[in-house]
Amino acid sequence: MNVSEIFDSMEYGPAPESAAEVNAWLDSHERRFGLFVGGAFTRPGETFESRNPATGEVLAQVTQATPDDVASAVAAARKAQGPWAKAGGKARARVLYALARLVQKHSRMFAVLETLDNGKPIRESRDIDIPLVARHFYYHAGMAQLQDAELAGREPLGVCGQIIPWNFPLLMLAWKIAPAIAMGNTVVLKPAEYTSLTALLFAEVCREAGVPKGVVNIVTGDGRTGEAIVGAEVDKIAFTGSTEVGRRIREATAGTGKSLTLELGGKSPYIVFDDADIDSAIEGLVDAIWFNQGQVCCAGSRLLVQEGIAETFHARLKRRMDGLRLGDPLDKCIDVGAIVDPVQLKTITEMVEGASGDVYRAATAVPEHGCFYPPTLITGLSPSDQLMQEEIFGPVLVGTTFRTPAEAVELANNTRYGLAATLWTENVNLALDIAPKLVSGVVWVNGTNMFDAAAGFGGVRESGFGREGGWEGLLAYTRPKGSPKTLKPMPAQAAPQEFGAPPLDRTAKLYIGGKQARPDGGYSRPVFSPKGALVGHAGVANRKDIRNAVEAAQAAKGWSKSTGHLRAQILYYIAENLSARGDEFARRISDLTGAKASEAEAEVAASVDRLFTWAAWADKFDGAAKGVPIRGVALAMNEPVGVIGQFAPDEAPLLGLVSVIAPALAMGNRVVTVASEPFPLAATDFYQVLDTSDVPAGVVNILTGSHAELAPQMAGHMDIDAVWSFSSSDISGIIEKESARNLKRTWVNHGRARDWAGTAGEERAFLTEATEVKTIWVPYGE
Amino acid sequence: MVTPRPRLHSTARACDLVTLIDKDLPVTAETQTRPATQIAPVPHTGLERNPGMELDLDWVRAVQANTSAIERRAATLPGRRSVKKEWQAAWLLKAITLIDLTTLSGDDTPGRVRRLCAKARQPVRADILDALGVSGITTGAVCVYHEMVPTAVEALRGSGIPVAAVSTGFPAGLSPFRLRLAEIEESVKAGADEIDIVISRRHVLTGDWQALYDEMRAFRDACGEAHVKAILATGELGTLRNVARASLVCMMAGADFIKTSTGKESVNATLPVSLTMVRAIRAYEERTGIKVGYKPAGGISKAKDALLYLALMKDELGDRWLQPDLFRFGASSLLGDIERQLEHFVTGRYSASYRHPLA
Repeated sequence: MNVSEIFDSMEYGPAPESAAEVNAWLDSHERRFGLFVGGAFTRPGETFESRNPATGEVLAQVTQATPDDVASAVAAARKAQGPWAKAGGKARARVLYALARLVQKHSRMFAVLETLDNGKPIRESRDIDIPLVARHFYYHAGMAQLQDAELAGREPLGVCGQIIPWNFPLLMLAWKIAPAIAMGNTVVLKPAEYTSLTALLFAEVCREAGVPKGVVNIVTGDGRTGEAIVGAEVDKIAFTGSTEVGRRIREATAGTGKSLTLELGGKSPYIVFDDADIDSAIEGLVDAIWFNQGQVCCAGSRLLVQEGIAETFHARLKRRMDGLRLGDPLDKCIDVGAIVDPVQLKTITEMVEGASGDVYRAATAVPEHGCFYPPTLITGLSPSDQLMQEEIFGPVLVGTTFRTPAEAVELANNTRYGLAATLWTENVNLALDIAPKLVSGVVWVNGTNMFDAAAGFGGVRESGFGREGGWEGLLAYTRPKGSPKTLKPMPAQAAPQEFGAPPLDRTAKLYIGGKQARPDGGYSRPVFSPKGALVGHAGVANRKDIRNAVEAAQAAKGWSKSTGHLRAQILYYIAENLSARGDEFARRISDLTGAKASEAEAEVAASVDRLFTWAAWADKFDGAAKGVPIRGVALAMNEPVGVIGQFAPDEAPLLGLVSVIAPALAMGNRVVTVASEPFPLAATDFYQVLDTSDVPAGVVNILTGSHAELAPQMAGHMDIDAVWSFSSSDISGIIEKESARNLKRTWVNHGRARDWAGTAGEERAFLTEATEVKTIWVPYGE
Repeated sequence: MVTPRPRLHSTARACDLVTLIDKDLPVTAETQTRPATQIAPVPHTGLERNPGMELDLDWVRAVQANTSAIERRAATLPGRRSVKKEWQAAWLLKAITLIDLTTLSGDDTPGRVRRLCAKARQPVRADILDALGVSGITTGAVCVYHEMVPTAVEALRGSGIPVAAVSTGFPAGLSPFRLRLAEIEESVKAGADEIDIVISRRHVLTGDWQALYDEMRAFRDACGEAHVKAILATGELGTLRNVARASLVCMMAGADFIKTSTGKESVNATLPVSLTMVRAIRAYEERTGIKVGYKPAGGISKAKDALLYLALMKDELGDRWLQPDLFRFGASSLLGDIERQLEHFVTGRYSASYRHPLA
């Protein structure tokens, strides 16, 4: 076309970014890559092809790492870990700083390579992915610098196995590697098999940055390599990817003692209220669902529009969709690039083919060749439609309407996922009311897909657990210093040959929904003192008692909305009433455990003190306003987890019980707590204290029975949000395994003891385990 | 060969219009029944002039503009759109045809204005145009103060280039209302084809939309056949929400164009302001079917900026808004940068400003 013709047509024309430098780099490796282990590339082994999804062209051959390869990478990481940790935070800070600088120096190389390998538009890799990568290393260079001063009580986990997805290859690498190595861990990272190349370029950059050998190891391969990492001798697995694979990893690591964080799928709601800036909300959708071809775990893929504006909103949205330009991802003038692989394209195509509702495909040119799918809107769906529930992971937006704010929240939360949510309104009252009600790890107000290293990112429900970014992200790569002792199993006192009956029979029941309840099964177990006296009977709870207790706890939602001040008052009141009956509890402890009177009195006193501690915290575990680089704030709010199932420690019948219930209550959770198995009767006395202390019905539910029998029921219950176990029974593995069903958080002891009378009995972990950090982004400006 | 630029101002006779409608437009019941004299389309385009509508305060007050979100969209636009090589050259030529080549200085003289008009007729060196294979390029209009209108009209006679006059007590708009109306009438009488009026910012700042509407209506009526561009002076309106609402009110009152700035405010045309105003234009078209023009003015001095604005219009409003009857740049130094970029395209080497004739 000549200038005169273009003058009339005013078309955009091609504006390709050059791939010459990247091709030269690939050629310099003869387009065959080994693994990066112990600071050097191995000779390529059995390889697979890495293709450019926009053209189908083979970019390079990448090695399929074997379990042996993974083992040697883990060995290299293990060898490097001690010295790397000993080097100190300040030394590590300089290495991370160098990585940040080098990512910037090689920014275009990384961006072009990413776009070639993944298919995302060069605009995104250049303007979003790579700058965020550099930002992540800068931020964590700072964290390393401050580690010795600010995190003195914590230490690195050791060797971290990290498995990342193909949608943000280098960015996810940065999210995983930066915090891990900043804190003194070493890593074995596997990029997704579709997109290995920027990780390999990064490996080269590690050498330039002076990363010691073995600190960063990159192994490439498919799911088999991932399995090998999960099964290897690592201390932690960090995974970002599909919920299905996340569930398998949870099962595979159950009971191994490996630390685990999962960042999984989503079906994130995008709520538009009728007072929103409609055009901006529509533009937000471009950033939400047509960013990276919709292949974003936190994509705002479920559109909820208030009924009164739905018609005009949808009409304007379609017009905007028509203006999106699909095409060569290397072209600087396109909005939507290629789907990562033909397999993914097929999945998207098939999911949309079966859709009900009104399907609108953008009236925009779609390239004939390559993996492209047009921006698509499906309206008129109901929550019961499959596409409203299941993640598509493509440029397909599905939607319905709502009438009231309450209905918007209800629809938004009607999902198994809980990664992110977006809401648009010009009314600050509405925004700040709705944001906390949305079940998700991230909420964006009047914007979407905003990310920063300082702001935590991660999900709840089946979107996974753990946070990446911010101080909260460091919890996933450190643990409290010290090595706890092994916890010996503590069976119930066996029935002696002969024993006497108590002078007057007392019936201890279960405590469910604020009422004493007989065990559903109708069985009780005699409880004997170490001296052989029959102290009483304890009900044997079964799965139906758990069901009833969870229903009661779920009904007590008001507790989670109550103020910290109120919760503190009630915890203080419990302490007051416990103290008033201190002598009785001390006698009970002595009878149950055979403890000396002074020891039993000390346990009661410690229990009262512990209640005071958590009452004190109830209104002091403050959130934060994060220093994110926008005009606005990112609020990190500590929210209750919800309903927590708990197995109380066996060894301290009262102090252990109080130590697990009180912090959960202080943070606004409701609990279903299984009492010490050998010494259950202190707990059944304790519910009388609860009864007199204004604790609302259902907030605390106390069961007695076999930990081993109740553990799978508790951990497998879909309406429990977390399970804690401090039991001396060997139930950590089964809890972690069963938790995979709804991917609830777990906090288990793996057979390690805790000093309940000491500081470990009230450490900060109780606060973090009792809360979810929700990051609420609020850009502002008039 | 580039087709001659459509003109904002209609000089077509009724019989031309009928021919045009017969030939180019599907004849609907509506066009058949409407008397030809009521239609004031621009030749070649059939564009219906904005008749305005009743002031719809519910609509005005419902309009929202989220500043952060608008700024984000504006910030990503340069990264999303890029035109290169032949396309860039063609787009820059197009930009020239959209420029209201402007001089608004206290020291303007007839000689200065004649020079400007000569540049408007021949904005690009002939050898460069030859190399590009185009001819017939002129600027969109020449924009001057009232006193310079006769000079400009004379200097542009026969060129087809319209003369625009800034008016109504430009730039502050605080002279007596009857004098502001009279100024419009005087400029139209002197031969101005387009009148760039300034609104009373105080009506926006106090939320007196009725007053703004009435004022704009009166200005529009005073313009008669001349087309009217409403300068909002967005840098003095305080918020983008005000910009959006003022845009809408001016369109309801019959503005043919809405324009950002006088060029005399401390902040003039910006991308966020432009996005806000073109979205208002889009909403107005959605509701009424009427296309209103847009003119960013002040601060657009680089060829790259011009490309960005063209992309903004193309993406937000569509290709139709890339013609001079719906889009103008108010600029004085933009042309110089475009000339240098065009020479670079032709020669492959960067140019110098002294190589291009002065305005």
